[in-house]
Amino acid sequence: MSRTTSDLLYLVTIVTFILALRFLSRPDTARLGNWIGAAGMLLAIAVTLAKSEVVSYFWIAVGMVIGGGFGAVAARRVKMTAMPQMVALFNGVGGGAAALISWAEFHNRAPEPGNLKLDVSIAIMLSALIGSISFSGSMVAFAKLQELIGGRPITYPGQQLVNGLVFGTAVAAGITIAAGGEEQWLMWALLVLASIFGVLFVLPIGGADMPVVISLLNAFTGLAAAATGFELENNVLIVSGMLVGASGTLLTVMMGRAMNRSITNVLFGAFGQVSSGAAAAASTDGGSVRSAGAEDVAVMLAYAHKVVLVPGYGLAVAQAQHDVRQLADLLEEKGVEVSYAIHPVAGRMPGHMNVLLAEANVPYPQLKEMDEANPEFGRTDVVLVVGANDVVNPDARNNEGSPIYGMPILNVDQAQTVVVLKRSMNPGFAGIENPLFFNPKTVMLFGDAKESLGKLIEDVKGL
Amino acid sequence: MSHGQLRVFELTILVLAIFLGFEVVSKVPTLLHTPLMSGTNAIHGIVIVGAILVMGAGGKDTLTWVIGFVAVILASANVVGGFVVTDRMLEMFKRRRPEPAPADSDGKPPPEQ
Repeated sequence: MSRTTSDLLYLVTIVTFILALRFLSRPDTARLGNWIGAAGMLLAIAVTLAKSEVVSYFWIAVGMVIGGGFGAVAARRVKMTAMPQMVALFNGVGGGAAALISWAEFHNRAPEPGNLKLDVSIAIMLSALIGSISFSGSMVAFAKLQELIGGRPITYPGQQLVNGLVFGTAVAAGITIAAGGEEQWLMWALLVLASIFGVLFVLPIGGADMPVVISLLNAFTGLAAAATGFELENNVLIVSGMLVGASGTLLTVMMGRAMNRSITNVLFGAFGQVSSGAAAAASTDGGSVRSAGAEDVAVMLAYAHKVVLVPGYGLAVAQAQHDVRQLADLLEEKGVEVSYAIHPVAGRMPGHMNVLLAEANVPYPQLKEMDEANPEFGRTDVVLVVGANDVVNPDARNNEGSPIYGMPILNVDQAQTVVVLKRSMNPGFAGIENPLFFNPKTVMLFGDAKESLGKLIEDVKGL
Repeated sequence: MSHGQLRVFELTILVLAIFLGFEVVSKVPTLLHTPLMSGTNAIHGIVIVGAILVMGAGGKDTLTWVIGFVAVILASANVVGGFVVTDRMLEMFKRRRPEPAPADSDGKPPPEQ
C-alpha cells in the first residue's frame, strides 16, 4: 500500500476517533461512539499491516492474540466495581507500549552517530519519559485500587526533593541524548528513572484521588502516543494521541472540579495527611457512637414516610446493589417514598454508582443527583447510608482544618434519623474521621453491607 | 516537502488536535466521566500502530524483536481491553433507556422487564 493511500485511510480513522469522542459525551449516543472508535481502530490496524514496511506477520499475530486475549478476558470477567482499576491497568500497558516503541527506535537508529535528527531525538525522549511514567504510575494506581497496597497516602520527609531529583536526572539523561550523547546506557537510565518517578509520584496520593490521577495518566499516555507519531512520522498517531492528551487533560480538570479538588492539590497535597489531628479532634467531641440491631432499623424504615438511600463504595465492594434495590422495592410496597441520593463521586469514579445501580435495574426516576437530593433531606425521615463515608462527612462543610473541607457533600445530617451501614469504625478510604457517626441522630448498623441488607430485608418482610 | 516543512506541518496538525480535543469533550455530564475516560483510554491504544511498525520491520536484531513483541502485546491489551470495558460500562446505561416517566404516578416502580 502506498504512503498516500495509507495516510488517507488513517484520516478516516482520525475522523472516527473524533466522532467517537463527541458521541461518548452524550448519554444516548455513547455506546455507538465507542463502537465507531473501535471500528476506526480496526481500520488503522489493517492499514498498518498492509504497509510495505511491514514484512513479517507471524509474531505480530501471536502478540496480538496474547495481548488482545488477555485484554478481552480481563475486561469481560472484571466485576463492575473493579472497573476503575481495569482502566488504570489498560492505560498503563498503553504507556508502556509507547515507551518500548521509542526505546526500539532509539536502539535502531542511534548506533550511527548523527543519524538521529534533533526533532526525532526529542520525540523519542518525550515518549520514553512520559510513557514510562504513565506505565509505572498506572500500575501503582491499579495496586492501590485493587488494595494490593494500602490506599492511604505514603509520605516521608524530603519526598518532594527526592521526586524532583529523580525526575530531574531522567530529564537530564534525555537532554544529554538529544544534545548528541547517543549512548544506549543513557536511554536505559532514562527509562528506569522515569519508571521510578512514576511510582514515587503516585505513592503519596490517597486512594480517594485515584480517579483524577488515572485520568491524568490517561492524558499522559495520549501525549506519549503523539510523540511516537513524531518518531515514526505517522499522522494517525500524532492526531489521535494528541486528541486523547487534550481531552484527557480537560476531563481531569472537570473531575477535579466535581470533587472540588484542584489538580495541584491532588498531585502535591498528600490527601488525608493535611491535618488529620484537627479532623480527629473535631470528630471525637461529638459524643459516643450508637449502634442498633437490624430489627430496630427495619421498624424505623418501614414506618417512615420518606427514606433516602445513600449508596457508597461499601455497597459496591459488597456487590450489594441488587439487595439495596430489593429493600427499596419492599419499602415501596409498604407505601414508603424511596429515592437514591447519588454523590457525583460515589463509588470510586464519577458516574460509577450510576453504572452499578443501573446494573441492578433501579428505576431511573428514583436516582437523584446531589443538587436535587440536598434540599430534600430536611423533609426526610430516615437516611440509609450504605457504605458511604467521605461524601456524607459534615466536616467538609464545617471544619476548616479537615482535608476534605470545601468538598460538596450530601447533607444527610439534616434528616430526622441517619442509619449508617458500615463494616467497622475504621475511617473511610481517604483515612479521615467522620463526625456524622458521633452525631446523636445517627445509628450505626455494623456488618458487611450485603449481610446487613439481607437481615433488613428479612425483618421488613416480617413486619 | 523538506524535512523541516514536514515537521512544521505535523506540528500544525498537532496544535489543531489540541484545540479539537478540548472542544469535543467540553460538555460532558458527570455521569459519563468514567466511560469517557475509558473510551479515550481505548483510543490511545493507537500506539499499536507504532508497535506493529517496529515488530513488522525486516532485519531486526534480537533486542528490537523482544521490545517490539512486548510492545505489540501491551498495545493489543490496551486496545481490546479498553473498548470492551467501555462497552460494558455503557451497556449498563442503555438498558433503562425506554423506562423513564410512565407509570410512576402511584409511586410504584415500572415493572421488571
